[in-house]
Amino acid sequence: MKIIIIDYKLNNLFSVKHACEVIGADVSISSTPGDILEADAVILPGVGAFKNAMVNIKKLHLEETIKEFIKSGKPFLGICLGMQLLFSNSEEFGSHNGLNIIKGSVKKIPKEMGEGVRVKVPYIGWNTIYSNKVSKNVWSNSALKNISENEFMYFIHSYYVQPSDKNVVLSLTRYRDLEYCSGIKKDNITAFQFHPEKSGKEGIKIYKDWLS
Amino acid sequence: MDKVIRVIPKLEIKGPNLIKGIHLEGLRVLGDPQSFAKHYYEDGADELIYMDIVASLYNRNTLHGLVERTANEIFIPLTVSGGIRTVSDIQKALHSGADKVGLNTGAIRNPLIIKKAAQAFGSSTITVSIEVVRQTNGQYLAYTDNGREYTGVEVVSWAKRSENLGAGEILLTSIDKDGTGSGFDIELIREVSNAVNIPVIASGGAGKVEDIVDVIKETQADGIALASILHYGFFSKCRYTYTPSEGNIDFLRSDERFLLVKPLSIKKIKDYLVKLGITCRLR
Repeated sequence: MKIIIIDYKLNNLFSVKHACEVIGADVSISSTPGDILEADAVILPGVGAFKNAMVNIKKLHLEETIKEFIKSGKPFLGICLGMQLLFSNSEEFGSHNGLNIIKGSVKKIPKEMGEGVRVKVPYIGWNTIYSNKVSKNVWSNSALKNISENEFMYFIHSYYVQPSDKNVVLSLTRYRDLEYCSGIKKDNITAFQFHPEKSGKEGIKIYKDWLS
Repeated sequence: MDKVIRVIPKLEIKGPNLIKGIHLEGLRVLGDPQSFAKHYYEDGADELIYMDIVASLYNRNTLHGLVERTANEIFIPLTVSGGIRTVSDIQKALHSGADKVGLNTGAIRNPLIIKKAAQAFGSSTITVSIEVVRQTNGQYLAYTDNGREYTGVEVVSWAKRSENLGAGEILLTSIDKDGTGSGFDIELIREVSNAVNIPVIASGGAGKVEDIVDVIKETQADGIALASILHYGFFSKCRYTYTPSEGNIDFLRSDERFLLVKPLSIKKIKDYLVKLGITCRLR
């Protein structure tokens, strides 16, 4: 099983790569369309700014490559910004178009929730993930199948996704008054807002089960 | 959930050694940083901080090898601090396996580095580390070069400015309290955590579990950086077997104990916090 981590020149790819190595995968980092299309599975990681990421993805001619790979039906994993990039658009520093593979938008976490209740952004820390009625069954056949409901995962973000089609929601998370989608499963696409590679031993299980 | 308090071991490093001082001085060699890091990962740490304490002084940045080796065996976020001055320094740290970088001396000398770095790597990657000495008139001022250099920079306004420039988090250390085990500087941490809208990590002074409870209950801190209270626990198990390639081994080989803190494991600290209704990640 050959995994390619897409490098669009913005990220610390080390931890994602290492998580793949720990589960015994043959993994490399590449920005070359040919490598990506030939891979058995692809990861789109990401920390950083949405706009810069899209600029780099276009510059490296990766937009079509990512879409073509996803059409092949092989496993695709988006993490953090790599999840957000799959959406139609983002309101990060203005409005920007994303890859439009999953319909919906990327919103900023409000700095105030309720009457004058301050919320810290970026949101950095551990929080729990859980399913809803619709996603309960999807969960048990997904990369989360060995993860308990309400398990803690590590989050670090200022934006969150709002899918138009609620059926793609795999997991939810609540930060103060904001309940948002923290995991996506749509056909061969799996994506998480949190960082499984930074979520201790439970997180490593997710990498393992993503490919099993 | 509402706030989940992060418990973050802070490992100060000089050369190949984990060290600890009092008020950032009188440094004692405690052991191999990587062994401590691994131990803390297994014990339930939520993140780790590596701080190269002489990097700014010697203009060097030597943690990369250690960061790389550590990132190979721990799967929690790692912040690397000390001697980071340029975008290229940040890039190197991230490439070695750091998830966040801490800027102190570099940022006070050149605040725009915060902005540049946040634009390049995202705010969430940039922690501004503020080391503080309370003046006799009660004013809090930031110091650089591991507490050696007076800057005259007032702490609350510096914290706000850091936030406006794009910092994603503040690591706030009281030099007066550091290593003393006499409790956090609650007033300092309250002032800064009320003034900014980004996470604040409280550091310096934890000597017993009640100190940790106090700072969580009385301030808006989001995380707690711990050193002596954790280090001296694991230290007692490995002090006689560690032989450093450089540095003073007198304290390691003596039977002297460090009496200013009551050493505790992370698990015990978290169990205690959870009993008091404070939310932590338990594993």
